[in-house]
Amino acid sequence: MPNMQAEKTPVREQEPKVRARNFEEVSSCYTDAEALNEAQRCLNCKNKPCVSGCPVGVRIPEFIEKIREGDIPAAYEIIKSTNGLPAVCGRVCPQESQCESKCVRGIKCEPVGIGRLERYCADYMADKAPKPEKPVSNGHKVAIVGSGPSGLSCASDLAKLGYEVTVFEAFHTAGGVLMYGIPEFRLPKATVQREVEGLRALGVEIKTDMVIGKILSVDELFESGYEAVFIGTGAGLPNFMGIDGESLVGVYSANEYLTRTNLMKAYLDDYDTPINREKRIAVVGGGNVAMDAARSALRLGADKVYIVYRRSADEMPARREEVCHAVEEGIEFRYLTNPVEILGDENGKVRALKCVKMELTEPDQSGRRGVKPIGGSEFELETDAVIMAIGTSPNPLIRSTTKGLETNRRGCFVVDENMLTTREGVYAGGDAVTGAATVILAMGAGKSAAKSIDEYIKSKNNR
Amino acid sequence: MFKILAKRELNAQVTLMEIEAPLIAKKVRAGQFIIFRIDEFGERVPLTVADRDAEKGSITIIFQKVGRSTIMLGNLNEGDFILDVVGPLGVPTEIPEGAKRVAVIGGGVGCAIAYPQAKSLFNSGVEVDVIAGFRNKDIVILEDEMRAVSNNYYITTDDGSYGTKGFVTNKLQELIDAGNHYDAVIAIGPVPMMKFVCAVTKPYGIKTIVSLNPIMIDGTGMCGGCRVRVGGKIKYACVDGPDFDGHEVDFDELMKRNSAYRDIEQHDREHICRLTGGVVNA
Repeated sequence: MPNMQAEKTPVREQEPKVRARNFEEVSSCYTDAEALNEAQRCLNCKNKPCVSGCPVGVRIPEFIEKIREGDIPAAYEIIKSTNGLPAVCGRVCPQESQCESKCVRGIKCEPVGIGRLERYCADYMADKAPKPEKPVSNGHKVAIVGSGPSGLSCASDLAKLGYEVTVFEAFHTAGGVLMYGIPEFRLPKATVQREVEGLRALGVEIKTDMVIGKILSVDELFESGYEAVFIGTGAGLPNFMGIDGESLVGVYSANEYLTRTNLMKAYLDDYDTPINREKRIAVVGGGNVAMDAARSALRLGADKVYIVYRRSADEMPARREEVCHAVEEGIEFRYLTNPVEILGDENGKVRALKCVKMELTEPDQSGRRGVKPIGGSEFELETDAVIMAIGTSPNPLIRSTTKGLETNRRGCFVVDENMLTTREGVYAGGDAVTGAATVILAMGAGKSAAKSIDEYIKSKNNR
Repeated sequence: MFKILAKRELNAQVTLMEIEAPLIAKKVRAGQFIIFRIDEFGERVPLTVADRDAEKGSITIIFQKVGRSTIMLGNLNEGDFILDVVGPLGVPTEIPEGAKRVAVIGGGVGCAIAYPQAKSLFNSGVEVDVIAGFRNKDIVILEDEMRAVSNNYYITTDDGSYGTKGFVTNKLQELIDAGNHYDAVIAIGPVPMMKFVCAVTKPYGIKTIVSLNPIMIDGTGMCGGCRVRVGGKIKYACVDGPDFDGHEVDFDELMKRNSAYRDIEQHDREHICRLTGGVVNA
């Protein structure tokens, strides 16, 4: 009989007041007993609706069944067979809109905590999983540009098929957004590096400090013997609002603030990268990046952190758990509020954020409610810094240096259903194709591309 | 890891280093920069490449020891390694087509970046006048190198201890007044210097290119820290620059933005002073 407990088995978390002042991980891993209890909530449905909600098709009921049997290595292998980064996905996937949204248990009460169970398996196996062995080489070389989620998953699948894979990374550390964007308290960097090490064990070569489009062009990659190229360069360029005052000292893109904090570890005394520790900080935006920036600001010592979002709580795109955590930690949400200008003092530093109140309009044809400003509702929110977390766009470094690669008007690569770009042998996926999206969607794209690249190289060599 | 092949002190504050970086040496052009990270704990610091030797596979950087990272870099020696060097970044300098005569102006350590400009122009047959400005005689750098790649070389010092007393702007004005015609001016140095050079050239409509060195982290357009206002629009120095039309740059805003971490840097310098037994570093 399944465990009919209505709520998910809770996970232990650091107290909000305590964790708001440190960068250690917020949530703990399930204990064996907790994991077993949660696994027993799964009904093991025949038609497996949860699997259809997973962009990489993890065989969810099967791995949960193995947890119930106490065979964690087998559970882990089931996850790992379709998902190269379980420790990452268990932590950062928006399960509530994917697998868990389809869970039958979720109709009447809380769905099974699939993300928590996935993380449990990954963490349980962290120091137990045997190092993968390098498969026998098939002699074909593939270049992957970018070592974020799409690049890593593409590299992993191709390496397992015997390809000689080289990943080119612009930064000094592999991992992409997992390293520079998502904070330590949500995704420990050691966890990311463990996954990267697993790739190296598969024989993937990772070359850091290599900005493709500058040091080598895509054409030069082909010339040097790579038979296919996968572009997973993400959506790295920060958007600003275009309002007055964005050049004041104390206005940051979320990318800058998070990169200083996460990749460059500015929060630790031993590291040289400076970061200003403003006392009052307003973060503009309502996505995961906005939550990450706001919660990092708190941990860097801010007394007052605001989230300024132009729509209401219902429209907020951030992962639900992140919003709950942010609220618990004392971040003040200013919904239906839109910045119109950033005001500075005589030294050119931020003094306040001038905002206007917004109201929701009737839903449009797509069903989404818009917003419009309420006349005469302007007010000043006093703050020492403003962090813009209103989205990012793809980087132009590759499209501007590669002939024949089409992009759409937002600068995203145009690909067909096989992730093939408008150039033979060049595939793309992740945010570089979709614009800013999620880790798991990027991983799914990397997987699809790996499959297409394998078929392409095979057919090319059989011709 | 990138090996330091040679090191030379150009003056008490300014060091030249030749670094083994074959791929960068092959690709880099005048005006482009690299970012270095000295070790695991280091910042990412941009430096414009001063010279390259594609055959030898090396690049030359020249830097002033002003901040924590440049001081630490200056403490390394021939044979030591730098953890990360990434580049070439930014867009190479574009000289107006058909330019026959160009004035290249360097202020202080800015001469290190002006040098490859003068060299590439001179080698392509353009007539080059170099104006190099320094506070005083003790900190003059690259005099022989600059002379070798210019038709006329002028030196100014603020205190008159060497060359002509005055600023580079005085010398430029003097040359223009004397009837010298320049198709373009390249000005590289402290932000106020570049601002005032642009003020001199603007009335004559002489195209003036400046090289900016704002705060940045990644150098690929990702952080937006290096944004500058050019012609009223926001540009990223790392991918759109570092060169810009000086008559369009909002220098005052740039100076304010460059001061963003001044308090922390000041604190750092004092900290290092204590670490280094009270030696004044800046």
